[in-house]
Amino acid sequence: MSTDTNCNRAGLSKLDYTGKPTTLCKGCGHDSITAGIIQAYYELGVAPHNLAKFSGIGCSSKTPTYFVDRAHGFNTVHGRMPSVATGASVANKKLTIIGVSGDGDTASIGMGQFCHLVRRNVNMVYIIENNGTYGLTKGQFSATADLGSTAKKGPANQFPTIDCCSIAIELGATFVARSFSGDRKQVIALVKAAHAHQGIALLDIISPCVTFNNQEGSTKSYSFVKEHAIPLHELGFVQFQDEITVDMKEGERKEIKLHDGSLLTLRKLDREYDPTDKMKALTAINDSRQKQELITGLLYYSDKGTDLNTLLNTVESPLWALGEKDLDPGPEALKKINASLS
Amino acid sequence: MATGQSIVNNLSIRVATINGTGSQSANNLLFKSLFRMGIGVCAKNLFPSNIQGLPTWFQIRVSEQGYQDLREFDDLAVLMNAETAKDDIATMRPGTTIFYNSSIIKFTEDQIKPGMSIYAIPIEELSKGITETKLRHLLKNLFYVGALSHLYEIEIEVMKSVIQDTFKGKQSAIDANVAALQIGIDYAKANFTKTDKFLFKRANCNEGKIIVEGNTASALGAIYGGCTVVAWYPITPSSSLAETCESYMKKLRVDKDGKAKFAVIQAEDELASIGMVLGASWAGARAMTATAGPGISLMHEFIGLAYYSEIPAVIFDVQRVGPSTGLPTRTQQCDIISCALASHGDTKHILLFPASPTECFEMGAEAFDLADRMQTPIFVMTDLDLGMNAWVDNAFEYKAPNFDRGKVLSAEDLNKVKDWGRYLDSDGDGICYRTLPGTDHMKGAYFTRGSGHDEYARYTESPVVYTRNMDRLLKKWHTSKKYLPKPVLKGDINSKVGIIAYGTSDHAVVETMDRLTTTSLKYLRVRAYPFIQEVEEFIKSCDVVYIVEQNRDGQLQQLLEIDLPGIQHKLRPIRYYGGFPLSADIVERELTKHMGR
Repeated sequence: MSTDTNCNRAGLSKLDYTGKPTTLCKGCGHDSITAGIIQAYYELGVAPHNLAKFSGIGCSSKTPTYFVDRAHGFNTVHGRMPSVATGASVANKKLTIIGVSGDGDTASIGMGQFCHLVRRNVNMVYIIENNGTYGLTKGQFSATADLGSTAKKGPANQFPTIDCCSIAIELGATFVARSFSGDRKQVIALVKAAHAHQGIALLDIISPCVTFNNQEGSTKSYSFVKEHAIPLHELGFVQFQDEITVDMKEGERKEIKLHDGSLLTLRKLDREYDPTDKMKALTAINDSRQKQELITGLLYYSDKGTDLNTLLNTVESPLWALGEKDLDPGPEALKKINASLS
Repeated sequence: MATGQSIVNNLSIRVATINGTGSQSANNLLFKSLFRMGIGVCAKNLFPSNIQGLPTWFQIRVSEQGYQDLREFDDLAVLMNAETAKDDIATMRPGTTIFYNSSIIKFTEDQIKPGMSIYAIPIEELSKGITETKLRHLLKNLFYVGALSHLYEIEIEVMKSVIQDTFKGKQSAIDANVAALQIGIDYAKANFTKTDKFLFKRANCNEGKIIVEGNTASALGAIYGGCTVVAWYPITPSSSLAETCESYMKKLRVDKDGKAKFAVIQAEDELASIGMVLGASWAGARAMTATAGPGISLMHEFIGLAYYSEIPAVIFDVQRVGPSTGLPTRTQQCDIISCALASHGDTKHILLFPASPTECFEMGAEAFDLADRMQTPIFVMTDLDLGMNAWVDNAFEYKAPNFDRGKVLSAEDLNKVKDWGRYLDSDGDGICYRTLPGTDHMKGAYFTRGSGHDEYARYTESPVVYTRNMDRLLKKWHTSKKYLPKPVLKGDINSKVGIIAYGTSDHAVVETMDRLTTTSLKYLRVRAYPFIQEVEEFIKSCDVVYIVEQNRDGQLQQLLEIDLPGIQHKLRPIRYYGGFPLSADIVERELTKHMGR
């Protein structure tokens, strides 16, 4: 470990986790999330070269260029990043994978792939930068816009909203969280915990669009979210390499042990919430929507899932690294095949 | 029976049944028994898009040369489907031998044509002799096999060996099949007097040959070619390619601890299949998908991404009749343009045209080298006829692999390279160097995108940079020519009349050439797109070139006209697109008609 106080456990500075300058609108919530991702990976000491960044198409999907320049990145096609990330994960299970998507990219054009990514439990962090609008094409409603919410040009959304967190829980996701781009501390804690989780970890982060969805009447504007966001817990994340001596009051906290041994501590705020109870999680999400509130924090967690690569039971070595010696069945096998075909 | 008057090992049999009634295994027994007697034989399954209850036909063609193309007319028909019997007999020519299920089919005098030899088998009455009542409806198909084997002398011991191999160790099933076969033999013995001249005699056509479907050959090619990731979505006629691949991988690619050296994922649709392939290839694995025309249509967007961002991929397109759902269980060569120019924007791809299981195996492996070398999708253009029919072809030959992984820089390589850009053409052949995610080097990473990018993979909308990049991609496409399989030239090289064909059309063309012995013809079988120099030279050396293909619009001909300007006036189309495998009968008729003009 480096003794330099500006370096993390990997001996890298925060600069090693930065990316290209953002080209998003000034004040965009997405940039706050990007900053959170950079901070989280820096604090975790993730090896930049071992990270693979994925995105679809849209404002959110531009963001992987804004963090960890030293990682390979792939800006794929609209709504279909999940399949590309799945392929990469299967080809090299040693990669640390993060996908950044938006609400249009996930809940409209990408709904199918999103559902199947969750079902397959691909080992990755999947962030939805959710603003309920299409920013890059100038302000059309997305499928996560709330019923009755108004767009910049005036009309109210006539269709029910799709809640990606509820859907993910229904489909068997084992790490589902919701946050708000303005809550940097929570975003960082959730990204770190999601990273430690084995399997799909979904972070639905409400990220108001300053240009097209920040008007009075929108339920994803800054003012609305700030007034209506109710954090379920205060989150603390302790990486398993650290000595666990964090100051937490007994009796008011719940510790969740993640796959790599890290601890995610939930500090009780205003009410009891058990993130390991699936039905309660779904009820809480539903109730909050009825009350036009936004609950944030770790909504659901389970350590029972089996991720795709474990299911496929692949060898330790990344598949790409296997050569002729491993892959060629040889002449004897072919002889036997020929004999069976006559 | 005097052999001198017999027609030995030369006839075409058509069996008309209802699908899902067990006729397939009866027909395979007939086909495999003839194969094991060393007789040149070919099987074509002409089946409906249905699981049970619709008419289906199976052709078994026997010839001394072992031709593998369909015959337009048959010498012998086995009519078991009452619903189609009248139409079936109407399509038969005078002199045809007819076997039919007389329990359910009645022919009137006027339906019987002159010279027909008629054998009536009361299948339903005979089926009462099958003791396993539950299996009756399946086993009764063996009666016609038994009757044919008795009349035309198919060796019973050979037939028993096929049954034994089919039902490996399941003695009760073996016994039931042999008993049903015997009922047919006994009935023929007691009731039929032979009135036609057909006869099977042991021959020596099948030394070193196997019976294999093209899809199996493609799957094995992929495995021997080092494929590790398969992502696919079920679609006729490609499903068996992916399924066979998985089942062989489970046998051939598991290490001693039971861990898999492969991953097969059945995706939620074709878009996801190709997405997974691109993700896996981007991360460095050899990845493939198998699909048919509708799947290709769905993949177009991703294929454009792969072309523009330069990601390897192997796509097996087992072509079927389009457009739309079309005739999903019938064959065509109708995705040539759709694949050659797949996606929006200016795109040009690389296609391989296997004509036989042997080539499915060879090109199936070669496609992965090409994909890695060229960093672009490679399409292996098979079709339903090749993919799903059982072909008699040479046994697979082992070639020790030496994978060409193309231009990939490791961390060590990066230390030696002065100036690396993902899209920098430092060798001048249009192919650039890539790195794989996970490469532990300060400068090892780059950003992949389907939007405009410069030599260093940076976002750009510069017209100059964009144009330069597109020109380089075209150069790369031309570079591929030196890695592609060469065309095959046959016939009289001095002839001024040429034929060009590709894929499964080959068999009908070769047989046509055999028949037209007095006509001077030469024939070039194209095996890849883009067209290499030899194709252009061939056309230039001819006055007239007949382009034989199985589609309406002359898709390969269109590509020839686009890519080789100035040759258009020489090209004459010979096209068949009815959906059955191409027959030499059609090619000969069309060619003779054209040349007679």
